[in-house]
Amino acid sequence: MFSSCMTNAWTVATIVAVIAGVVGFFVVLRGAAFPAHAIPNGAFAGAAAANVWGFNPLAGLTVCAVLAAVGIGTLGRRGRHDVATALALVMMLAVGAVFLGLSQEYEPAVYSLLFGEVLGVSSSQLLPVAGLALICLAAVTVLYRPLLLSSVTSEMSEARGLRSYRIDMAFLIVLALATAMTVPVVGALLIFSLMIGPPAAARAFTSRPGVAIILSVTIALATVWSAIALSYLSNWPIGFFVGVNSALSYATGRIWTRWPRAGRISFPR
Amino acid sequence: MRWVIEPGFWSSSSVQVALAVGGASAVVSAVVGVFTVLRGQSFAGHALTDVSTAGGSGALLLGVSPIIGFVGLGIIGAGVMDAIGVRRLRGRDLATGIVLGASIGLAALILYLDSTSRATTGATQQILFGSIFTIQASTVPVVVALGVAALALVVGLYRPLLLSTVGPEMAAARGVPERLVGVLFMAAMAVAVGLSSLTIGAILSTALLIGPAAASVRLTRRIGWSLVLAVLGVAACWIGVLLAYDSYYWTPGHRAVPVSFFIVALVFCFYLASGLGAGRD
Repeated sequence: MFSSCMTNAWTVATIVAVIAGVVGFFVVLRGAAFPAHAIPNGAFAGAAAANVWGFNPLAGLTVCAVLAAVGIGTLGRRGRHDVATALALVMMLAVGAVFLGLSQEYEPAVYSLLFGEVLGVSSSQLLPVAGLALICLAAVTVLYRPLLLSSVTSEMSEARGLRSYRIDMAFLIVLALATAMTVPVVGALLIFSLMIGPPAAARAFTSRPGVAIILSVTIALATVWSAIALSYLSNWPIGFFVGVNSALSYATGRIWTRWPRAGRISFPR
Repeated sequence: MRWVIEPGFWSSSSVQVALAVGGASAVVSAVVGVFTVLRGQSFAGHALTDVSTAGGSGALLLGVSPIIGFVGLGIIGAGVMDAIGVRRLRGRDLATGIVLGASIGLAALILYLDSTSRATTGATQQILFGSIFTIQASTVPVVVALGVAALALVVGLYRPLLLSTVGPEMAAARGVPERLVGVLFMAAMAVAVGLSSLTIGAILSTALLIGPAAASVRLTRRIGWSLVLAVLGVAACWIGVLLAYDSYYWTPGHRAVPVSFFIVALVFCFYLASGLGAGRD
């Protein structure tokens, strides 16, 4: 399980879990679960297009994820936000389906794009993923205060002169970058689980943002590591374990919040 | 006419089945979709499509008709989402997201088992992106029956549903059993999603549910009219089937473009056009 051919898988999965944990915290805080689900699906079209024209999949993923983010942000500006997200999502998926048809890809290629193929990560993919991860972390650090403020009270942040539309857009683009690097690892459909389950669980345990982010990264790491180990042992797809682990961590958080404890002060969440 | 409709379109039996199934699912999705959009439940609707992905692939694994899996697991998923709190506005997205994530994980496993145990090639593509031309004629009565049942449910619920959609407080004051109405509506939504999964594939079925409805809600403020206009979806389905049939002759290699792509693209265009047509929001 820890042989040299698995080193890449462990490294990439660790990077992905850290990013998903950090970015996911803001996804949950901002209630951006739907865009977080839609952008990866948009990125899927990019990876499929890269298959057809033979350019670097990561470039395709990045460009399409950013396009999807900008599309969702712009369409959502006028009109219902969730409707815009839903339609942008299915449109990109349909485009991806056409590209896959053109490239005469086999079933496994479709499957691994959607559900992930962590064991097939090559060393040449490591560097770009690490680079994108650093960009994401830097962006979150820079945006930390305005993001937090506009997530918690949008009125106050408007009063402070923050443009909520710009912050929204900036956040969607960070989300897109985080997505692009994650798709090859856990697949377009499952990044979402990783971005929602662990942070939601973390928020059940603490209401302090800093602690919650660290906790969320920890849970994401535990989710991914155990998923790789289980998938290696059972030969079942990693996506299944990521999905189930993430749902389990959320359930644990829910039970924890419901548990009656003496002297506990509950904060509104 | 030959330029528009390629020879053999009307006489092909798989086209006839496709038109029937597409039309029926578009009508049901349109009617249910208007309420979905008005209630702000697009995400829940989309989550149901992922739940039915798992259902459809499970049905393939067990060797039963995909429609049973699509609709069956969809209804169960609707129940689970209600149980863990999709009704409350706060935390609703989260609960939806968790169900969604878990069911995609399940779908990943079942599709994997499909491809290893039964040597069915193309299961992933068939379930996720649809294969309307391969539906058997015997499925049509099932589709129509399920569609009629879902429509009957919405018609039966019409007034309490409308009231709880536009004015939850007023509905509560009038003694409308909101939870019951919500659950029954989610069940109707599961059926609509299941039918359109059959038409354009499980993960694309959101397009038929949300697209035409969102366009029509933008164009008119009267609920009756928006229900009528949402039948735009039927046009999208039929034109999509026609274009996909024709696309076989477009390229020298005879590689048909999937029906789902045309339907989704048309729906998307309708939505964009409705924004221009309405001029306001």
